[in-house]
Amino acid sequence: MTAFWIILTGSLVAICCSLLGSYLILRRMAMVGDAISHAVLPGIVLAFLFSGSRETLPMLIGAACLGVFTTVIIELFHQKARLQSDAAIGITFTWLFAIGIILISFFADNIDLDQDCVLYGEIAMVPLDMIVSATGWQFGPRPVWILGFTLLLIITFISIGYKGLFITTFNPEYAKAIGISTVFWHYSLMSAVSLTTVVSFESVGAILVVAFLIVPPATAYLIVDDLKKMLILSSIFGLLSAISGYYLAYLINGSIAGAMATMTGVFFTIVFIFQKIRTKNATQVPNF
Amino acid sequence: MENIALETHNLTVSYNRKPVLWNVDFKLPAGQIIGIIGPNGSGKTTLLKSIMGLTPLSSGYVEIFGQQLNEVRSRISYVPQKESVDWDFPASVMDVVLMGRYSPKNLFKRISKKDKDIAAEALEKVNLLEFSNRQISQLSGGQQQRVFIARSLTQNADLFIMDEPFVGVDAATEQAILKLMQEMKEKGKTVIVVHHDLQTAKDYFDWIVLLNTRLVASGPKADIFNEELLQEAYGGKLNVLSKVGELVRQNDFPIREKQRK
Ligand SMILES: Nc1ncnc2c1ncn2[C@@H]1O[C@H](COP(=O)(O)OP(=O)(O)OP(=O)(O)O)[C@@H](O)[C@H]1O
Ligand SMILES: [Mg+2]
Repeated sequence: MTAFWIILTGSLVAICCSLLGSYLILRRMAMVGDAISHAVLPGIVLAFLFSGSRETLPMLIGAACLGVFTTVIIELFHQKARLQSDAAIGITFTWLFAIGIILISFFADNIDLDQDCVLYGEIAMVPLDMIVSATGWQFGPRPVWILGFTLLLIITFISIGYKGLFITTFNPEYAKAIGISTVFWHYSLMSAVSLTTVVSFESVGAILVVAFLIVPPATAYLIVDDLKKMLILSSIFGLLSAISGYYLAYLINGSIAGAMATMTGVFFTIVFIFQKIRTKNATQVPNF
Repeated sequence: MENIALETHNLTVSYNRKPVLWNVDFKLPAGQIIGIIGPNGSGKTTLLKSIMGLTPLSSGYVEIFGQQLNEVRSRISYVPQKESVDWDFPASVMDVVLMGRYSPKNLFKRISKKDKDIAAEALEKVNLLEFSNRQISQLSGGQQQRVFIARSLTQNADLFIMDEPFVGVDAATEQAILKLMQEMKEKGKTVIVVHHDLQTAKDYFDWIVLLNTRLVASGPKADIFNEELLQEAYGGKLNVLSKVGELVRQNDFPIREKQRK
């Protein structure tokens, strides 16, 4: 049962991140996902500090707001200070992440968070965090419920907002010309990414969130010709990475989050090579 | 001028305090094909963007059919420069053309059968129906341009604003696009086109706007094609100037106009 809950947790994070990451990649914002996933740290630490070890909904939302705030600062540095966008991203998130680390070390006695947990998460602990009813019935681990609810939210967002996300991603200028607010869709997406990052953080840590946000969508991008297929395929790659990553960790007796992140890279490499061979074979056929 | 499609009033636009458009003031007639012409960097794209509200104005205003942009948005179709989007995007030709049917009102609704029919009809017009399901990255530059035109056709607009629709297309496609524009004109629509080939400009357009940060001239093409104005617009660029001289010397467009009719 322990294995099941861990794999389920990893899979839920993987699918949430892969779906949103697909849009980040297509908007050339992969590094913004990276930035958000680090910059929410001070928010999370403060949330822990105020609410004890259990995060509550308002605290989660507060921490997610910090993620959105990060993207505002990045925009500001980029637009107003005329900084290259990668430099703006670098400055913003390293700075906020560092503040988070200082907060952790400063309040180390008051909260059960440490630097390792921030980077790698504690997915192995997930099954211990059971929701138990008064009668002793176990409802499953708390993170699984939270992540399940988040996934539902994201799927609803993407299906209702499909056209809006599509048009503002492909051709924002045209979207604006017909009166669709690109700002609204930008910040909706950023909010979703922030929320996902915050709720995934505790169980899987920053590195796995970044890996799931970027690598499965990038893998899918190599082979698809359609946005819907990209969303589905990147979810599948995320899911496969979570499952195979768990067993890899079991086999080598290593970090679960690390193994899951490694597997995203393995799938990317396999697909990349496969794709190279395929295009090479295709061009060898004379094409008159 | 009786029927005014578009009016800019003392329009000034700057990037980083450097003016790109300076006090541009003109009125364009409805129901004509209008060319906006000027050298690279003269502010043509910026002019279209400020008409569409995509660039903040430093001063001045734009009126379309005598109204503010927001009131007439649904009657305008904007075709951005082809290079402004990523053609490797995972989308099919149909997906992109269907975007022409999107509006703030139906954004949360599903795409209807009627929308698909309209999109197919537009693809037929630009001769791309057989490519509907193809990914847009697998099209040639000219076909991509036609996808944009098809998208614009589905909008059922009264005013078309196109940024360089003739760039990177072959002669046959150029003629096909021109024919579509003439059909639009016959239906009473107004077509505004950014163009930078002087040679063809005098054949394609009824009305010409010469732009070089400032407005050089705006008027029926017969009044615009004289050496003085073209020199002013393209000022100092010798190789262009010699061509201009040639164009003006031929000075045959009123006659050619008669022949064609
Ligand atoms: N986003 C921007 N930021 C700063 N400067 C800009 C921006 N866009 C355009 N410019 C500058 O404004 C001037 C006018 O540009 P614009 O694109 O309107 O010219 P154009 O007439 O369309 O040129 P082309 O024929 O090359 O398309 C150019 O000098 C350009 O460098
Ligand atoms: Mg231009």
